[in-house]
Amino acid sequence: MLLITCPYCGPRPEIEFAARGEAHVARAAPDAGGEAVAASLYLRSNPRGVIAERWRHVAGCGRFFNALRHTVTDKFVATYRVGEHRPDLAAATGAGEGTR
Amino acid sequence: MVDLAPPLARIDAFAALPSLAHGSRFAATPVGPATRFVFRGRGPAVDAAAAAFGVAPPRDACRAAEAAERAALWLGPDEWLLLAPDGEGETIAAAFREIDVPHSLVDISHRNAALTLSGSEVTTVLASGCPLDLHLAAFPVGMCTRTLYAKAEIVLWRRAVDRFRLECGRSFAPYVHGVLVDAAAEFAVAD
Amino acid sequence: MSAAFRTASGGRIDRSTQLAFTFDGVHMTGHPGDTLASALTANGVRLLARSFKYHRPRGLVAAGSEEPNALVTVIRDDGRTTPNLAATTVELYDGLVAVSQNRWPSLKWDVGALNDLFSPIFVSGFYYKTFMWPRSFWQKVYEPRIRAAAGFGEAPKAADPDRYANRFAHCDVLVIGAGPAGLAAARAAAEAGARVILCDENPELGGSLLADPSAMIDGEPGAGWAASIAADLAARETVTLLTRTTAFGYYQDNMVGLIERVTDHLADPPDHLPRERLWQVRAKRVVIAAGALERPLVFPENDRPGIMLADAARTFLTRHGVAAGSRAVVFTATDSAYAAAIEAKAAGVSVALVADLRREASPAAEAARAAGIRVDLATTIEATSGGRSVESVRLARIAPNGSIAPGETIACDLVLHSAGFTPTVHLFSQSRGKLRFDADRGVFLPHEPHEDVVCAGACNGAETLAAALGEGHAAGAAAARAATGVEVAERAYEAEGLAIEIGGHFGEVPHGRDASRVKCFVDLQHDVTAKDIRLATREGFRSIEHVKRFTTTGMATDQGKSSNMNALAVAAATMGLDVPQVGLTTFRRPYTPVSFGAFAGVNRGDLFDPIRRTPSHDAATALGAPFEDVGLWKRAWWFPRDGEDRHAAVARDCRTVRETVGVFDASTLGKIEVVGPDAAEFLNRMYVNPFLKLGVGRCRYGILCRDDGYVYDDGVVGRIAEDRFHVTTTTGGAPRVLAMMEDYLQTEWPELDVWLTSTTEQWAVVAVQGPKAREVIAPLVAGVDLSSAAFPHMSVADCRILGLPGRLFRVSFTGELGYELNVPAEYGAAAWDAVLARAGEVGGCAYGTETMHVLRAEKGYIIVGQDTDGTLTPADAGLGWAVGKSKPDFVGKAGMARPDLTGPHRKEIVGLLPDDPKCVLDEGAQITAEANPAKGAHALGHVTSAYWSPNVGRGIALAMVEGGRSRMGAKLHVPMPTGPIAVTVVDPVFWDKEGKRLDG
Repeated sequence: MLLITCPYCGPRPEIEFAARGEAHVARAAPDAGGEAVAASLYLRSNPRGVIAERWRHVAGCGRFFNALRHTVTDKFVATYRVGEHRPDLAAATGAGEGTR
Repeated sequence: MVDLAPPLARIDAFAALPSLAHGSRFAATPVGPATRFVFRGRGPAVDAAAAAFGVAPPRDACRAAEAAERAALWLGPDEWLLLAPDGEGETIAAAFREIDVPHSLVDISHRNAALTLSGSEVTTVLASGCPLDLHLAAFPVGMCTRTLYAKAEIVLWRRAVDRFRLECGRSFAPYVHGVLVDAAAEFAVAD
Repeated sequence: MSAAFRTASGGRIDRSTQLAFTFDGVHMTGHPGDTLASALTANGVRLLARSFKYHRPRGLVAAGSEEPNALVTVIRDDGRTTPNLAATTVELYDGLVAVSQNRWPSLKWDVGALNDLFSPIFVSGFYYKTFMWPRSFWQKVYEPRIRAAAGFGEAPKAADPDRYANRFAHCDVLVIGAGPAGLAAARAAAEAGARVILCDENPELGGSLLADPSAMIDGEPGAGWAASIAADLAARETVTLLTRTTAFGYYQDNMVGLIERVTDHLADPPDHLPRERLWQVRAKRVVIAAGALERPLVFPENDRPGIMLADAARTFLTRHGVAAGSRAVVFTATDSAYAAAIEAKAAGVSVALVADLRREASPAAEAARAAGIRVDLATTIEATSGGRSVESVRLARIAPNGSIAPGETIACDLVLHSAGFTPTVHLFSQSRGKLRFDADRGVFLPHEPHEDVVCAGACNGAETLAAALGEGHAAGAAAARAATGVEVAERAYEAEGLAIEIGGHFGEVPHGRDASRVKCFVDLQHDVTAKDIRLATREGFRSIEHVKRFTTTGMATDQGKSSNMNALAVAAATMGLDVPQVGLTTFRRPYTPVSFGAFAGVNRGDLFDPIRRTPSHDAATALGAPFEDVGLWKRAWWFPRDGEDRHAAVARDCRTVRETVGVFDASTLGKIEVVGPDAAEFLNRMYVNPFLKLGVGRCRYGILCRDDGYVYDDGVVGRIAEDRFHVTTTTGGAPRVLAMMEDYLQTEWPELDVWLTSTTEQWAVVAVQGPKAREVIAPLVAGVDLSSAAFPHMSVADCRILGLPGRLFRVSFTGELGYELNVPAEYGAAAWDAVLARAGEVGGCAYGTETMHVLRAEKGYIIVGQDTDGTLTPADAGLGWAVGKSKPDFVGKAGMARPDLTGPHRKEIVGLLPDDPKCVLDEGAQITAEANPAKGAHALGHVTSAYWSPNVGRGIALAMVEGGRSRMGAKLHVPMPTGPIAVTVVDPVFWDKEGKRLDG
């Protein structure tokens, strides 16, 4: 069970959280057209490496937040609040120690 | 309008269940009827709520504040659970109606049911289903949070070293009670 | 039977107390401190099991949890029957009843042993190759017979009456293993003030120290030192000591699963204790001090009872006071086995000789010779004889050029062998730590950790007691420092005792037998021999993972603890590769088997999931209502009267509602209070419907889509005030709808001043539906004018209900005049009783979910999730009228405009009438154009809802049909096993098409 650092509550066990897929995917505009809508709904980056994800501390503060997680090591590199910019990776890796 | 005599029976979800007490080691006592609100708001609304409620909603995460039998529990950065004795709902709601900045106040007095959990083994019993570290250094007196107890979502508030208040949705009360009974069974022997 | 093999003195057993037990019905005795294995050995029982495939007689190999052979079933009663326990891990208690497994009719006379005669046939891959043809035989003939013959013990047939506890635990330092390294680590961490958990699978802390009388630490005997350290740790409030507790699994972020066996060792387990406790430990740092396991030598016929690991025999002798035989041959590749030879001789066992594979005499060999023990160097064992016990071995000399010369045959009843020790890297590997290959010693050792973990002692390659203690102290101190910041002083232990040799000999020993025929067992539990592994590599399996699966080596309940390295060496030698080139199979959880009960814990029976009951539950129970599971809720299904069956009760209730009035518990519907100045704007964006202009006191049926444009949920939205709405959701959809709304509010539109609060459980809801609904509620409600002019259909008002602050809706899910009375939930039971009593006065009844379903289907009202399947747009569902087409945006607007969601072949919800009015279709049945469609023909859709309608007087159905609305009046077919059913496509509203009844 992962230990996830909620940006509001601190490190908490994975079972309090819900994963909500890739972060920073823009919602399609109402007139975006079929291709753009389908891309926004269904196409995801699925990288081998660090991915930005949406999580919610549902059995905690209830907040949605974003997280950088490495898909190979399954380690969280950083977590940050909605509206904050994605941390740059070099800085975040240093900060990663604190997210363990 | 029908004349209501005798008055309608009021059923507290935990009070309807068998009592659970194992001497000084563990006891679960129903809190009984209470006034509860969920207060939501930001910035100036929180200041206004402090004046209206008489207890300032804590800005620190996972902390409760209390005064004169009223308490404000931080549940999220813009969410507080306000607790007061039964019967104070109208007064509190009226005071909040005076707040003229955007906020939300919703009566949930009957949504939740609550237990007082106490005893020397209280954290051991809670650790059967609560995944958080309940050591005093990690979960000090005055800390509160939404979390899980087995498969039920609860709000847990530490009132003293060996005393907690547990709130859950009223229909989850029999489940929470059942898991507590199971977990406390090993303390069902004489002290 | 007398305990003929019990030594005169020694061991950590209580000789003053006798414990009676039976094995296969034979009565025997042992002492506290015995395991079932040691007690049986003391009684001279050496045949303990039959092997998996060949049913060969087997005895003990090991003394710990790595034992591959001696699996037994321990029986307390019908529900407390535990199969597949290693006899070496079963603590003896008075009255213990154990039986052997995998034999018929008895352990001594086993029909399955015939398999051994046909063993040339049962080579690896036998099943894959043999049972391919004829293909049809697999399901009916081969598989049932193989399944009947396969497996070890039998699962109990009665329910398990025991409780299994769960404990979440947190600590600074978790130390796994309480041998010398683990104790030193725990001591160091505890002295730093860290919160420490120390666990060990044995009943006593001390590990190897308990079986080493020669050990001295800081001037104290090893076992005594262990006891005093344990006592010191036990006295500390910050330390939790867990004996009989195995760390079985290492999970992410230093979460380690432990299984504590709480009562299995007790003759009379007290009722208040759980049988086992699952610990889910989150540790800031983990110290693994798991030790090392002795590896067997792989030699011809090395599986007979009485052939065991040298260290196991030492353990039986020094811990349990049991000599494993009377005349021993010791066979070794390292110095490790010499102590066993010397100790055995000292205990009165005749030691015929030590056969040492090595050419040079080591100091240990010289010491043995000095003790009067014959030592033959460059000597191997190339044959053994015996049935239910080994009777002799045949030696062979290994010449310097590698040639083998047959030697003498030595009579013996005990063969002690040792290839050397293998570090126990299972947990470190489970934690995704990288291993490195130590080429000098030929073993894999912990290398780069993935988690915050450090290994110490023999599992890290340490061979001496002093090294283990030193590594343990350093690891404990470092872990405590990392977790707490507190420094611990260095400590140098003065220690001497037995050393082990990590490494040694790997794979098959040299021998002069025909290697393609002789059985040199590698994996005793799965009967895999060296030639099986060679066969696998010859057949082209190069990956060790494939060799493992083809031969099943290492796949039994012992997870190959004693066999994996030998298997790897045999495979590498056959392929002409180095061991690291072949690779290592993955170490999987659990380290030792864990009971299902421990994982299930409290999650069974009535506590499997929360059972949610509504305020009217007890009243409905009293009326004899059965309950339907809807999500976690129990909902009253129907209310039978005077012995009515379901059909009769539902038919009567359906008529009563339409003729007079019915009362229904709608408390389970999800409710969300949406509050704030932007509440209307928020709902306008969430729902497909327009909400900006909904008046205060008015309601609207709302449809919620996801951004893909598909219907997700529905419900009634009532405007309580300019800035306050009361939203209802489906029963099952309540949590996910709230989560979805929070998602959009928090992440898409955080600028909106609006907040969401669940009020599902705040209100108990009593629905009153039927022509007499107003008459029923009028006396119960105050503060609202119930006339249709003042309070028309789709109205809402806060008012007094039964004198309580309540919320009244005028809504209908039946098509009749209807109200929903919301009262504070703690009064819900009383309110239900009061409303039902009022309804009874005018001839009304309570009705359940089945009646509700029929009534809504008569009106063509859909149920999201029953009549929709996550692929229907509002237009497909016949709800296109609800979509606010002029709204700039809402959730699903872009999605539902996609070209493939707007074409002519969409499935649409329509009504179906079977030509035979008495016919009720099956929900889920397919719909076709032809009465007898060809195999593979295209189905046009399926039946989503089908009921007998008492009010229409015939069977009715709702269905999803391709281009359904353009097929009105068309004849379609529902092919069923009993023959096709002809149906006609109709409008889905079967009752009161004009909607006149909504006003009563």
